[in-house]
Amino acid sequence: MNDAPILSVRDLRKVYRVGEVDVHALRGVDLDIARGEFVSIIGPSGSGKSTLFHILGGLTPPTSGSVTMDGRDLLALSDRQRTDLRKRTVGFVFQKYNLLPTLTAQDNIRIAQYIARRTATEDPHFSDVLKLLGIDKRLHHKPRALSGGEQQRVAIARAIVNHPAILLADEPTGNLDTENSSAVLNLLRDLNERLGQTILMITHNPEAASYGHRIVSMRDGRVVHAAA
Amino acid sequence: MLSTLAIGVQVCMILTLEGLSHGMLEDQARRQRGIGADIIIRASTATFLSLGEAFTDKYLPFIRKQPHVVLATGTLVRPTGPLTSVTGLDLPEFERMSGSFRFLSGGPYRKPDDVIVDEYYARQYHLHVGDTMQMLNRRWRVSGIFEQGKIARLVVPLGLLQELTGNGDKINVIYVKLDNPARTQEVIESLKAKGMENFTIYSMEEIQSLYSVKNVPMLPEFTGVVIGLGVVVGFLVVFLSMYTAVLERTREIGVLKALGASPGFVLDVLVRETALLAVLGSALGILLTYGTRWLIMTFWPGSLIQAIVPEWWPIAAGIAIAGALLGAAWPGLKAARQDAIEALSYE
Repeated sequence: MNDAPILSVRDLRKVYRVGEVDVHALRGVDLDIARGEFVSIIGPSGSGKSTLFHILGGLTPPTSGSVTMDGRDLLALSDRQRTDLRKRTVGFVFQKYNLLPTLTAQDNIRIAQYIARRTATEDPHFSDVLKLLGIDKRLHHKPRALSGGEQQRVAIARAIVNHPAILLADEPTGNLDTENSSAVLNLLRDLNERLGQTILMITHNPEAASYGHRIVSMRDGRVVHAAA
Repeated sequence: MLSTLAIGVQVCMILTLEGLSHGMLEDQARRQRGIGADIIIRASTATFLSLGEAFTDKYLPFIRKQPHVVLATGTLVRPTGPLTSVTGLDLPEFERMSGSFRFLSGGPYRKPDDVIVDEYYARQYHLHVGDTMQMLNRRWRVSGIFEQGKIARLVVPLGLLQELTGNGDKINVIYVKLDNPARTQEVIESLKAKGMENFTIYSMEEIQSLYSVKNVPMLPEFTGVVIGLGVVVGFLVVFLSMYTAVLERTREIGVLKALGASPGFVLDVLVRETALLAVLGSALGILLTYGTRWLIMTFWPGSLIQAIVPEWWPIAAGIAIAGALLGAAWPGLKAARQDAIEALSYE
């Protein structure tokens, strides 16, 4: 594992305006993630973990603080640069898979390459990844013909096809049964161990969180505990 | 699917209207050509489309005596409905000018209540030889059905039509055949110089050239209004269906944005999708015009004639595609500007 931090968060704050009320979603978060690390963030609803996920993914700007990802200061990024960040630097895995229902599994993966202006032929080794994920025989099926576990594995393939610096997973097992949850978590760990993929996983499930090298607990918009 | 159908109907509406305009004018022109005359004489109030008032047939002997005139025959046309009329003519004289009617069944009229009809009229009203039909407040027997393309759809003896309609010795068209068609203009000038200056006199060539949509009063304006309505309807349908599509696909748009799709990319996807729908809709609309032509030619060939007008295909498709893109513009921009987090949480 490379110890150089790929992600460094300092005094990160996010305030939402809801009507006439300010909602402090993040109240000064500090976090470092090393390259190749698999970190689980755990916390109850309203703890700020989803807001942190959105900021790290470049989906929303922070109010203040600093976030450095792969050498880039997220606060200094324009909308266009944050869009660019989502293309190449981060990959998302969502609780509800979020595959495009009209496309096959293969096209769901290819569209991520297309958006990032990469071609399928650029990465011949990706077929090994598809085998590792166990979906190499299911690529021509549409999402409705795939099980929840298979859909989530396609979503993981889509998230890593452009070799992001960090994979952000938001409750990746939230919609899966125990067997499929274990399979997906084992795959994430495999990707981390075999490919050195940096992973930040958000979950409210302590068992799922235990798959990470480190568990970071959040409450009321702050990191309250970090344990190896 | 709904958008494609709506665009198809819009294109079909434009092409059918244009096809009817062209078809009916071409049909009139074809029937005029079928007469075989070189000169057509009508009253001063006539135009190339209207016959004007009836006038006495006493001009016929005068015309027949003119140099180069081989034959001259008069006809009387009276309306029988909004889109139909009956023509009275002297059959032997008319056939000397234009050749015999080609009967598909039966033959010429022989009795006072006989009528001959063309194949389109017979098809529309399911008439066969021996059937009777009501016209001009009396019953007529169909004695023959002739091949379309000759002067009229319904033909009866001239004298009988004059008597039944109270027109005495009146006719409203004189057809003139010359020994040499090259002398047509010379004969027209001569007729005008010899007291027929108040008549509307056309050479066959001239009247054929006038059968054009742009020469029919108000028709281009009417077509413009229908096309305008088509564009508005098409715009609204595409707008609503794109608006619904954008709403339904909010989450998908959120996914695309999470994958790094820019607003331009999202807009581009929606515009290309709309353009594809519009192209498919245009193709469907063109196919539908063959369907409307079949319907018209099967059920109303005696009243309406629809032509297929390929030169209008790109125009109708262009109008439909432009309307569709306009209709997709606002929903597309709304989608492109959508907040990714809100879109991802959309249920």
